[in-house]
Amino acid sequence: MENIIEVKHLSYRYGKEQRPALNDVSFDVHRGEWLAIVGHNGSGKSTLAKSLDGLLPFTEGTVTVDGLELSPATVWQVREKIGMIFQNPDNQFVGATVEDDVAFGLENRQVTREDMIPRVKAAIEEVGMHDFAQREPSSLSGGQKQRVALAGIVAITPSILILDEATSMLDPLGRHDMLELVSKLRRDQKLTVISITHDIDEAANADRILVIDDGQLVQEASPAEIFALGEKLVDLGLDLPFTAKLKAALKKRGIEPPTNYQTMAEMEEWLWQSLSNT
Amino acid sequence: MSNFIFGRYLPLNSVVHRLDPRAKLMLSFFYIVLVFMANNLVTYGILIVFTLAAIFASKISLGFFLKGIRPLLWLIVFTVVLQLLFSPAGGHVYFHWAFINITQYGVVNSGYIFIRFLLIIMMSTLLTLSTQPLDIATGLSSLMKPLRWVHVPVDTLAMMLSIALRFVPTLMDEATKIMNAQRARGVDFGEGGLFKQAKSLIPLMVPLFMSAFNRAEDLSTAMEARGYQDSEHRSQYRILTWQKRDTVTWIIFIIGFAAILAFRRW
Repeated sequence: MENIIEVKHLSYRYGKEQRPALNDVSFDVHRGEWLAIVGHNGSGKSTLAKSLDGLLPFTEGTVTVDGLELSPATVWQVREKIGMIFQNPDNQFVGATVEDDVAFGLENRQVTREDMIPRVKAAIEEVGMHDFAQREPSSLSGGQKQRVALAGIVAITPSILILDEATSMLDPLGRHDMLELVSKLRRDQKLTVISITHDIDEAANADRILVIDDGQLVQEASPAEIFALGEKLVDLGLDLPFTAKLKAALKKRGIEPPTNYQTMAEMEEWLWQSLSNT
Repeated sequence: MSNFIFGRYLPLNSVVHRLDPRAKLMLSFFYIVLVFMANNLVTYGILIVFTLAAIFASKISLGFFLKGIRPLLWLIVFTVVLQLLFSPAGGHVYFHWAFINITQYGVVNSGYIFIRFLLIIMMSTLLTLSTQPLDIATGLSSLMKPLRWVHVPVDTLAMMLSIALRFVPTLMDEATKIMNAQRARGVDFGEGGLFKQAKSLIPLMVPLFMSAFNRAEDLSTAMEARGYQDSEHRSQYRILTWQKRDTVTWIIFIIGFAAILAFRRW
């Protein structure tokens, strides 16, 4: 399979700190795949994401994006190919209204206004925000703001989308909608997706999962292999699904829940039944 | 804060709302010139009719404008009283004691000052009530464009202004949250003497500033990731278009100007 991103021996150190935030990390991203990168807070996964977009000047190693080696001379060309969504929905909303924000990336690329108008409109429609085009960010929910951020990326048609904990500040419903939208955009726009995440559902969407710990790549596996680890998932920096957390808490109190995987509704049903029996 | 009308936008659909913000900004300045040109009953009469007509055209109820005057009432009263008591002698003297003179000239003048204040506040309230802050910012930066010739970074200033406006509600929300959190920890806001009140603001300002700096850092990263290099080499999505109604409004104002020139006491 063709590689769209190749990372070789990447290291990064913040300021004068002794411990490197990234330590000799090498991996490839295949064109069109969905790659999840998981790890604890402070494991270096966000640093890694920012390095791919040239937002942090890494000290050693090379990053090649779509055949271009990242350097101060090529950084703006590389950024043409990558769209990035960050964690806080408010802190990446630049424009005064939805429309203005979607247009921001196009304005930076000096697209003419005649070209911009249809592209902005199409991008807003693509993410299902056409009823909100004139709205100001303060009247939008976190999930809606992240959709607008996605529209801003759709408008500039990159080939890679990086989600840097983009769903971590959303409520469960907003998170679900966002992931569904990313899946749709990935199909429609033939995007390669890299998602940095704690969220198990987001990681489950991936074709491949990389586990980072203490600035180093410690594991590479398919979601099925990773999820087979059960409660050890927490050690990798992933949040357990709510039902798994509940089961663990019940076990601690000496209540034996069913061991097979359960959805939220099944768990609720089981809880109701066992509670009414006593 | 909530009854402070000046600086708030009232979304309605009227001719005044639809005017080009550049036209409105320039007309507001021009209007102030008109107000200072007026100096007798007829010219002030013309201005009052003018102002009421503009308010009527905006579909905003007069009550909003009266509310807009309220916070400035003391300033107006102070100026009017000063004018009334200390005008130079002129005309009939009604009252004289030590250095205080109430003269015919003083009474008439303070009346005019009162009307001037009222008119200017009403018109500027009309500007802010009928124009979104964002449009005012766009209008201002568009009017400042000639300053590029003297190397003023107009585009950067416009970008800063627009981002500042966009973050006002975000930071207001944040301030409310922090205040509530600090109240839960036992801080009294707005209680006690001036010194104590100022001191109680510290647990609000410190976290607010810290978060604002973090936001600024995040925002600059996000802007860079979205291809922002500098403000000069960008195209514009939001543009203003001068329309027939803007020209028509200008013509009306110029007719008003001519009328005031014709009727004022020279």
